Amino acid sequence: MADISVNPRQARLEGQLCSLAFAFLSSQPHVSYAAVEKGELVVRTTRAHLVPFLTLLRDDPRYRFEQLMDLCGVDFPARPERFEVVYNLLSVTYNRRIRVVVCTDEYSAVPSVHHLWPCATWWERECYDLFGVLFSGQPDLRRILTDNGFEGHPLRKDFPLTGYEEVRYDVERRQVVKEPVSLTQDFRDFDFVSPWEGMLTLPGDEKAHEVRQGMKRSGQ
Amino acid sequence: MTEQNNSESLAFAQAVLREDIPQSLVSDNKVVETENRVVEIDSHALNFGPQHPSAHGVLRLVLEMEGELVARAVPHIGLLHRGTEKLIEYKTYQKALPYFDRLDYVSPMCEEQAFALATEKLLGIDIPERAKWLRVMFAEITRILNHILNLTAMGLDCGAVTPALWGYEEREKLLEFYESASGARFHANYFRPGGVARDIPASLEDRIGVWAKEFPSWIDELEGLLTENRIWKQRTVGIGVFTTEQALAWGFSGPCLRASGVPWDLRRNQPYDNYHKVDFQVPVTRQGDSYDRYLVRVAEMRESVKIIEQCLNQMQPGDVKVQDPKFSPPPRADMKRSMEALIHHFKLFSEGYHVPAGSTYTAVESPKGEFGVYLVADGSNRPYRCKIRPTGFAHLQAIDELSRRGMLADMVAIIGSLDLVFGEVDR
Repeated sequence: MADISVNPRQARLEGQLCSLAFAFLSSQPHVSYAAVEKGELVVRTTRAHLVPFLTLLRDDPRYRFEQLMDLCGVDFPARPERFEVVYNLLSVTYNRRIRVVVCTDEYSAVPSVHHLWPCATWWERECYDLFGVLFSGQPDLRRILTDNGFEGHPLRKDFPLTGYEEVRYDVERRQVVKEPVSLTQDFRDFDFVSPWEGMLTLPGDEKAHEVRQGMKRSGQ
Repeated sequence: MTEQNNSESLAFAQAVLREDIPQSLVSDNKVVETENRVVEIDSHALNFGPQHPSAHGVLRLVLEMEGELVARAVPHIGLLHRGTEKLIEYKTYQKALPYFDRLDYVSPMCEEQAFALATEKLLGIDIPERAKWLRVMFAEITRILNHILNLTAMGLDCGAVTPALWGYEEREKLLEFYESASGARFHANYFRPGGVARDIPASLEDRIGVWAKEFPSWIDELEGLLTENRIWKQRTVGIGVFTTEQALAWGFSGPCLRASGVPWDLRRNQPYDNYHKVDFQVPVTRQGDSYDRYLVRVAEMRESVKIIEQCLNQMQPGDVKVQDPKFSPPPRADMKRSMEALIHHFKLFSEGYHVPAGSTYTAVESPKGEFGVYLVADGSNRPYRCKIRPTGFAHLQAIDELSRRGMLADMVAIIGSLDLVFGEVDR
C-alpha cells in the first residue's frame, strides 16, 4: 500500500474554505451555492451581483483574492442559461483559491471585470471568441484565437469538430481560398458505452427476459 | 514632391492603424489638422513578426512607433491555434494527454503533469511513491530544459551568441534522459493519470546523478558570460519593469511574478506530488525588470539540480503506476496468459476509463509559471470540457504595459524575458 502523504496544508485549508463557504452563504444573499468540492471552493452567483462580489473578494482584507488566474466558459446546451462563465481567483496573501461561477445565455451579457483585473480583457475576448458569451463594458470585445473572418463559436457543443469551412492555397488562383469542409470519410464518433454495463435485455433475448420479469413479478 | 510622399505615407500609416488597432483603443483626442501632419509623419506602425526570429514563434506585434520609442504594442495571437480544447473533448482521457506535450513544446512533461493531476483528482486515486519521485525529478529536468532554452535564446536576441551554442549541447544531454525514460525526445507522453508510463531503465539514475554533479559548473559558465556582462546589463537592467501590484493585477505567475518581489511558488505554497518532501529555496528579486527575470531563472536552475539530487537519493524501487487494471494497462507478459489482462488492455485502449462527474481547477508550477487545467467531467470516458490556462497568455497580454515608452531594441529583451511559447499561448 502506497503511503498516502496528503500534502500538509490540505486539512487546514479545507477547514478554512468551509468556513468561507458558510460565510458567503449566510452574508451574501445573491450567492445561490457555496461549497467545497474536491478541496476547492466553488461559489455560484448571479450576473447582476458579479462585479460587486468580485470587488469584495479582491479588496476585502479578509479575502484578498488579488489574482484572476483564469476565466473560461463551459457550454451546457440543455440548460435554459446554457453557458457557465468560471472565474478562478487566487489569493497570494492567504494561499487560497476560489471559483466563482455565473450562468448566462447567448444574448445576455456578463459584466466585464477588466477594470478589476486588466488581464481579464484577453480572457473575456477568448471566451467571446470560443463561446459567443457577451461581456458588457468590455471595450475590446474582438475575436482573439480564431482566424480572420471566422464565423461561429467553435467550443459550443453544437459546433462540429470538423468545422464548416476549410482553408487551402489555390495554386491556379494564387491565393488562399475558403471552401466548405469536404470529408473523404464521414467523421466517426464512437460513444464506447459498454453494452455489458447497465443493459438488462441483450439483443435477441427479449422474450426470455420478459418471461423472467413476469416470473419475478408473480413471485412477489 | 516631399509633401506628396509625406501625405502618402501618412495615409498608409493610418490605413494600417485602422486595420490593426480597434476603434475603442484609438484615443478620441483629435489633433488640429495642420499640426497633425507634422506629428504623424514621425509615428508609424511597424509589424514585428510573425516571421521575426526573435518573436519566439509566431507572435505578430503591431508596434506604433514614435521615432524609436514604442508608443503602443498590440500583440496579435492565434496564428498557431489548433483547437486543442475542442479536440480533447472528443478523445478519451488517455488520448487527451499527448496534446499537452504539444502545447508548451519546450516543457512538455510539466504540462502533462497538470492534466494527470487533474484527472487523478477527479478519479480519486493516489499514485505510488516511486511514480511521484519520478514525476518530480522529470518535472525539474523539464524546468532546466526550459530555462536553458529561454535564457540562451534571450541572450541570442540581445546579441550574445555563445550561450545558445553551449546551451544546445546541455539540452541534448537532458533530452537523452527524456528519450531513455519515454522513448521520445520531446513529445514524451510519459506522465499518465495513475503514475508514469514505465519505469526508467536501470542505468538512468546513475547517469542523471553524474550529470547533476557536472551541471552547476555549466551554470557558472553561463553566468560568467552574462550575469556581470556590461552589454547584457545595459540591454536588460531597468527594461520592462513591472511592479508587484502590476504583476499581481496582470495575472503574472512563476519567475515573472517572483522577479517582481512576490515569494510565490506553487511547488512550495500548494505542493503536489512529492514537492513537500524536498528542500529547496524560492528565489525572489525586487526590481521586476528583464535582468531580474533572468536572475530568477538562473537561480531556479540551481535549485532544480538540488531537487533532482534529492529525488535520486530518496527514490526507492517500487511500482510506477497504480496497480488497478481499470486505470493502468497490464504488463505485456500477463496479456499472453491471462484472458482478463487481455480484456482490460482492450477496454483501456478502446473505451478508456470513466471519470466520475465533477470539476477541478488544478495548477502546477510549470517552468513558465502557473499552468492550470480546468477539467469538467460528466461521468463518461471523455472530458466534458478541458480548459487550459496557458501561462504565456497572461504574460503576453501585459506587453503593452511592459514596453511603454521603451526602445524598439528593448522589445526583444522583454519578449525574451517573458518566456513565451506560442504552442501554449494559442493552444
